[in-house]
Amino acid sequence: MTDINAYQGPAEAGFGDYVALLKPRVMSLVVFTAFVGLWVAPEPMNPFVAFCAILFIALGGGASGALNMWYDADIDAVMKRTAGRPVPSGRVPGTDALGLGVALSILSVMMLGLAANWFAAGFLAFTIFFYAVIYTIWLKRSTPQNIVIGGAAGAFPPMIGWACATGGISLESLLMFALVFFWTPPHFWALALFMKEDYHKAGVPMLTVTHGREATRRHVFGYTLVLAPFAIWLGFTSVGGWLYLSVSAVLNLLFIAGGWRILRRTEEQANADGYKVEKSYFRLSLYYLFLHFLALLAQHWVGAW
Amino acid sequence: MVMLPRVEHELHRRRRSRNLGLLGVLLAFVALVFGLSIAKITSGDMMEGYDHQPRASMLPRDPSPPAPNAGPVAVPGTPGAAALEQGPEAGQ
Repeated sequence: MTDINAYQGPAEAGFGDYVALLKPRVMSLVVFTAFVGLWVAPEPMNPFVAFCAILFIALGGGASGALNMWYDADIDAVMKRTAGRPVPSGRVPGTDALGLGVALSILSVMMLGLAANWFAAGFLAFTIFFYAVIYTIWLKRSTPQNIVIGGAAGAFPPMIGWACATGGISLESLLMFALVFFWTPPHFWALALFMKEDYHKAGVPMLTVTHGREATRRHVFGYTLVLAPFAIWLGFTSVGGWLYLSVSAVLNLLFIAGGWRILRRTEEQANADGYKVEKSYFRLSLYYLFLHFLALLAQHWVGAW
Repeated sequence: MVMLPRVEHELHRRRRSRNLGLLGVLLAFVALVFGLSIAKITSGDMMEGYDHQPRASMLPRDPSPPAPNAGPVAVPGTPGAAALEQGPEAGQ
């Protein structure tokens, strides 16, 4: 009898491979920030409708992740960190990722419109378009500011959450956008300093490659300075209060101090201790964003201004 | 009849995981839409949609309805005119 394993057809994708196309880890950030945006908004929402709204925002984020995986399969195949993703590894055909992305985009926007309101749905559609077309297809490969632009896509979810509840935009939601938007570059560039991915080989202009690592350190510090006033300002709006302000003040001091330490280091020092400062700064950046949004939730719970 | 051995290949396992996963997603979607309908209807949202026919019941409630006419008029010689002459109370 012929051994059935002698014939190896194209790898068959499991359900998990399709889930991986939606970038579940990015989705968790989207879910959390969108939830906070929705919850602290002044208009109360039916809890089940709110749950559905968050789910459809997350689905829209997943759809843009699938579109990104379809278009970036060539880059992903070159870099070690991403070579195992479903499309470059050959488990899922690129056209499947495209189809899933487009179908889920339409579904999530329509369902968000029906569940919450059409302003929020339009906002979600714009976010998907911004991430998939403006960032992934257009600017990611053409400018070293790609991280800044991509950060905007990640910063929209709290605004969409706010729009689900209120049907519009206000200063509070704009400041939540600013918080994520100015946080992304230092967060990611700290990672780029110690990950040393071969972006160059993949043809992605990364700041560490195009302008050097010293310039990247300056940028990291510069963005922490820009970020701090927006984070504090949010504490003086209707969603802020003493609790948020104290958490934000501590986190921003730590973040600026960390950025300063990164700025003062040379590559030799960093190489000598295995990028210890950069790695701890990266961890701090994760706590920074999480605790800011958590503080907003807690502030809402104890009562804002 | 020749009995072929039923060999379960890795491929079949993956295919089944995909099918079951899709089943779960579709069932969850049905439950979600049902739950949304219940949540929306019980919280007093509009239960009738626009049916290509303008209806007063579809209009949003006027927050400041116009005040009743302070000086009603009636055609002379009609019961309404007689009622007006006797005073507003009698005309009600």
